[in-house]
Amino acid sequence: MKFTCLSKGGGFNFPSCHILHICGFRILFDAPLDLSALTIFSPVPVGPDGLSGEEALCCRDLVHAEPCYKTVKNLHLWDASFIDVVLISSPMGMLGLPFLTRMKGFSAKIYVTEATARLGELMMKDLVSVHMEFRQFYGDEESAFPQRMKWEELDQLPSRLKEIALGKDGEELGAWMTLYSAADLKDCVQKVRTLKYGEETCYNGTLVIKAVSSGLEIGACNWAINSPKGDIAFISNSIFLSGHSMDFDYHALEGNDLILYSDFSFVHTMDDLDSEFNSASGTDSLRSLASADGILEERGKLAFVCSCAVDAVKTGGSVLIPIDRLGVVLQLLEEISASLDSSNLKVPIYFISSVSEELLAFTNVIPEWLCRERQEKLFSGKALFGHVELMKEKKLHVFPAVYSTESLMNWQEPCIVFCPDWSLRLGPVVHLLRRWCGDQNSLLVLENGIDTELALLPFKPIAMKVLQCSFLSGINLRKVQPLLEILQPKVVLFPEDLKQVSSGESMPFSVLHYSENETLLISSLKSSEVELPMELATQFHFKKLKQEHISVARLKGELLVGNGKYQLISGSKQADQKCRPVLCWGSPDIETLLAALSQRGIKGTVGGGTMDSKFENVSVVHVHEPNRACIEIRVTTSVVTAADEDLASQISDAICSVLAST
Amino acid sequence: MAIDCLVLGAGQEVGKSCVVVSINGKRIMFDCGMHMGYLDHRRYPDFSLIPNSQGRSSGFDDAIDCIIITHFHLDHVGALPYFTEVCGYRGPIYMTYPTKALAPLMLEDYRKVMVERRGEEEQFTSDHIVECMRKVIAVDLKQTVQVDKDLQIRAYYAGHVIGAAMFYAKVGDSAILYTGDYNMTPDRHLGAAQIDRLHLDLVISESTYATTIRDSKYAREREFLQAVHKCISGRGKVLIPTFALGRAQELCILLEDYWERMNLKVPIYFSAGLTIQANMYYKMLISWTSQKIKETYSTHNAFDFKHVKNFERSMIDVPGPCVLFATPGMISGGFSLEVFKHWAPSGMNLVTLPGYCVAGTIGHKLMSGKPTKIELDKDTHIDVRCQIHQLSFSPHTDAKGIMDLVKFLSPKHVILVHGEKPKMASLKGRIQSELGIQCYDPANYETVSIPSTNYVKAVASDAFVRSCLNPNFKFLKSSTEDEHNSSFKSRNCMPRLQVIDERVLEGILVLEKSQKAKVVHQEELLLMLGEKKHTVQHAYCCPVHIANLDSTDHIDGCLWLRLFSTILSDEFPEGNVQDFGGHIQVESFHMSICLKDSCPYRIDDNPQNRSECLNCCCTWSVEDEKIAWKIISILKNFQLEFNKRSTWSTRHI
Ligand SMILES: [Zn+2]
Ligand SMILES: [Zn+2]
Ligand SMILES: [Zn+2]
Repeated sequence: MKFTCLSKGGGFNFPSCHILHICGFRILFDAPLDLSALTIFSPVPVGPDGLSGEEALCCRDLVHAEPCYKTVKNLHLWDASFIDVVLISSPMGMLGLPFLTRMKGFSAKIYVTEATARLGELMMKDLVSVHMEFRQFYGDEESAFPQRMKWEELDQLPSRLKEIALGKDGEELGAWMTLYSAADLKDCVQKVRTLKYGEETCYNGTLVIKAVSSGLEIGACNWAINSPKGDIAFISNSIFLSGHSMDFDYHALEGNDLILYSDFSFVHTMDDLDSEFNSASGTDSLRSLASADGILEERGKLAFVCSCAVDAVKTGGSVLIPIDRLGVVLQLLEEISASLDSSNLKVPIYFISSVSEELLAFTNVIPEWLCRERQEKLFSGKALFGHVELMKEKKLHVFPAVYSTESLMNWQEPCIVFCPDWSLRLGPVVHLLRRWCGDQNSLLVLENGIDTELALLPFKPIAMKVLQCSFLSGINLRKVQPLLEILQPKVVLFPEDLKQVSSGESMPFSVLHYSENETLLISSLKSSEVELPMELATQFHFKKLKQEHISVARLKGELLVGNGKYQLISGSKQADQKCRPVLCWGSPDIETLLAALSQRGIKGTVGGGTMDSKFENVSVVHVHEPNRACIEIRVTTSVVTAADEDLASQISDAICSVLAST
Repeated sequence: MAIDCLVLGAGQEVGKSCVVVSINGKRIMFDCGMHMGYLDHRRYPDFSLIPNSQGRSSGFDDAIDCIIITHFHLDHVGALPYFTEVCGYRGPIYMTYPTKALAPLMLEDYRKVMVERRGEEEQFTSDHIVECMRKVIAVDLKQTVQVDKDLQIRAYYAGHVIGAAMFYAKVGDSAILYTGDYNMTPDRHLGAAQIDRLHLDLVISESTYATTIRDSKYAREREFLQAVHKCISGRGKVLIPTFALGRAQELCILLEDYWERMNLKVPIYFSAGLTIQANMYYKMLISWTSQKIKETYSTHNAFDFKHVKNFERSMIDVPGPCVLFATPGMISGGFSLEVFKHWAPSGMNLVTLPGYCVAGTIGHKLMSGKPTKIELDKDTHIDVRCQIHQLSFSPHTDAKGIMDLVKFLSPKHVILVHGEKPKMASLKGRIQSELGIQCYDPANYETVSIPSTNYVKAVASDAFVRSCLNPNFKFLKSSTEDEHNSSFKSRNCMPRLQVIDERVLEGILVLEKSQKAKVVHQEELLLMLGEKKHTVQHAYCCPVHIANLDSTDHIDGCLWLRLFSTILSDEFPEGNVQDFGGHIQVESFHMSICLKDSCPYRIDDNPQNRSECLNCCCTWSVEDEKIAWKIISILKNFQLEFNKRSTWSTRHI
């Protein structure tokens, strides 16, 4: 078993990416896109009047070209046709998938939960659509687009941009791709095999694969993989209690041999981690594993965003929320409208995206993928999310684009707008940010994990208020150890970055650390097992050997490989031929052989022992009754010579009977 | 160990479905229904018959590991609140999301009818229903649910009504499938049943239509639509008595679609409160409906009925055509009866009836013969002049569907429930004779015992596994995607691999004291034992008589070897005869021309014939003795063969 981390990713929007080699198959975990790298592009053409400062970056330093998209560099080092299975853990982990599926020779089976497949499809559809819009607005002809910075001239980029474009080691140029087409996307979606949570599927009879909810986002999952070589749990960013998606189902990951720990959310919170960690391990945090503190903290953050939004609206400003996190958006829609109601403000909320209608319709037909509180709504006959009522009451308006006829007809300011994209380079956000960036009463709500200064560069100077908030995107470090104590693995693979947390002696399992682009060898975790039906096993001919404590029996039947198991089943064709021992060992004793022969009515005499040309001892038995025959006996072979079939077979029977055999 | 099935209801009848199955020490109750035909104690299953439930304080909690409810029909869920809240069962209960959402509506509706309309003492209260439903764990399709360490269950789509599921349960190495009610053909709002190919000891199947074979549903739907269209064209009114859930939505989708296509403006009404509320649930449960509805919901949710309006009592006598859905079905009372009284006397109007009506209801009276007058009681009667249309489509599978399912799953045993005794007996006969599967049709309170499957687990050595999985030309790859059953969809194929050649027989099961059983390759066994293999070879220097054999021929044996090779290739057309020039090989059989004067393998050496004899030295190992002796007999009869083929051989040599 081999494990290679291709990319640690970068938070919620850019999940990590790995390859696992097991039972002769290669499994790829996730195919994400690093959309934060989009910030090196300029969203709009800039005139020559922009002043270029000596030290600070300015808008003209950005790449003025049709955006390209940054995939995982190390993934390109692998031949796509060698990948057997792709497991997608979240909608974000799916954004780079069409790059793979459109490759020649790619034939892997792709497993995705139903909800992730749909959400991923909608996100990619929107990406393709805003990208097209970019081309329509600025044209794809050179003339219409003053290309101050050509893609080939990356070397001239300011170092800060160059690092994003080429990576720290300057090797990531190959990771940039021009976006896939709508046709690539359609083809990709058709190639995925969708799963429910907890649905077992079997790859090639050998791997039993199961998606288990991770709580991170609607449809997001961890993976349980059973194989004859061991049972594996893959843990991606997970959230114990969620306000929208089904909770992290960690019980379903109990008792696996190996845990691939791939929650990198701590990388961003590592600094907050102090000595608290050491004291907090043990039973206290075990009890609080799924406690409500995480969710309360999240609610607090949402409430803060709402109060800021209400304040902005009260001063006549508008609120722009370019957040792509579906769960956050759905909850903010509910919270903000409630806050507006309680402040008696009649301000419209707009949700602008090419897929907004489909997205909101979808979220109301998936109770099976939601948290308990949302499911209760189904059972009491109420809509799963507040947006259904809000749309009916005309408080929430859904538009496909900023300049759609519906939006132009209904537009009112101040207003609250939800729209993609969080890198502030594509889609409706660009237009609205241009419009409001100079208004000091307006509010921009951003997600953490983005380089704000760089992101806002093209919109400078900015008078607008900017609120940046971080939302929960993974397992709190304090809960890692209690979690693993429950899961009881034999071996855990941790990111190198987690060494300080995971190298305590108290761990009842062995820990291996991995880092990016290094292959880790994991020794076999269990031996294969064959299941023999009781009825069949009782038909076997067991023989006790001279090694008294051992008895052996030759297998009969057919071997079935399926569901990650080997199973013997009784053969369909009845073996009509005489069951002959195939394997004999030891050397026959001449006297015993003669006795065995005479029992079968065969009489013979022992000829003189001779040496053959190879100086091997040869004994010969001459048979004269019932017919002439001859037996040559050496240490490891006997040769039977007879002119008729029956006699020959009787003699070889006799020889086997005096040997140990099975 | 055995699997014991105690039938507490729906044994040779339809009503109060309830089967208690014990598998390898676990006990599961499948469905907990009530019987609509009885008002006394017979309406519920006799729970006291459940083994181990008597004389213990914990009662049913110890006796039953879990309850599984297949769908929201009362004959499957009707006794559940009674069992949990009155009998006190507190263990886990599983049902699908739609069943958990809709079962309380059905239960509450039933409770109200019982208490308010019939004035009966209630068996369970509204609170009981709420409390009961709170204990229910909702499951999704195909999700493997671990009830406890040993018991695993899984739901499969069953069609029939929204959320209906067949349930698979596995304990240890034994597994069963309980179908509940199912439909093998898709309808307007639901898909057809879907199942994986499972290894099953037992299938417990419904058999409502054990002997019926139905034709196309579309013809039946057309008849219904034509009847409705004819009535409203003649400015008549259509009354569709129905229950709140299931049939109402199916017919409504059918009508909406027809209204769109024909551009009809005649109003469609729902009687107050009824189905509009239920539609709210249906809208959120889109993923449980038919493929077509799933594909279109984001632009138009099929349960957002455009033409449907609410009906007020005051509108009963308003002139003009309309279509009205009214509860209850079967016209057993309530609003549908009230409307029926007003509309039945007019020949312009139409009343549709469901496929099945319980005796005693007006629906039942209308079905039996063509009454012109219906007596409500001594003083009131209704003149019936309206048209009657009986809906002949049913959400149950027909006999062909049951046979298809059983054939597809090929379980070791089948138990039929939920049907009528004589028809079940006939189906049971077919399953046994046509499919060769043991089948039972127990009556209520009977127990059927069948043996359960158990496996011995042995550690397999890598060498054995490797030798088996190494591909060769006999290597079969079989997948469960099946061709033999086109009407049956198995979406989730579990690909399997079957090794059926001798490589399996090279495996040896080794039992060593105080160690786990082990399967090794035979070569490994010797290594383990520190022994050397002893090969038993066969040899025979076979004289071949050839007339007029001259010495040159004798010397040039190779020429003869070519001839033998040709003859043998004819005898063994599989192509395993290999000619190496100096010798011929067939599997382990090895043959060359023997030029030695005295060969130790020459048994019947006859010096007189030596001039007419060519000696073929043959060796082989025991496994190939059949082939060897066949070749030797060919050689011995060569003279004959040679003459027969002389023309042929001269041409070639
Ligand atoms: Zn039913
Ligand atoms: Zn039923
Ligand atoms: Zn010879």
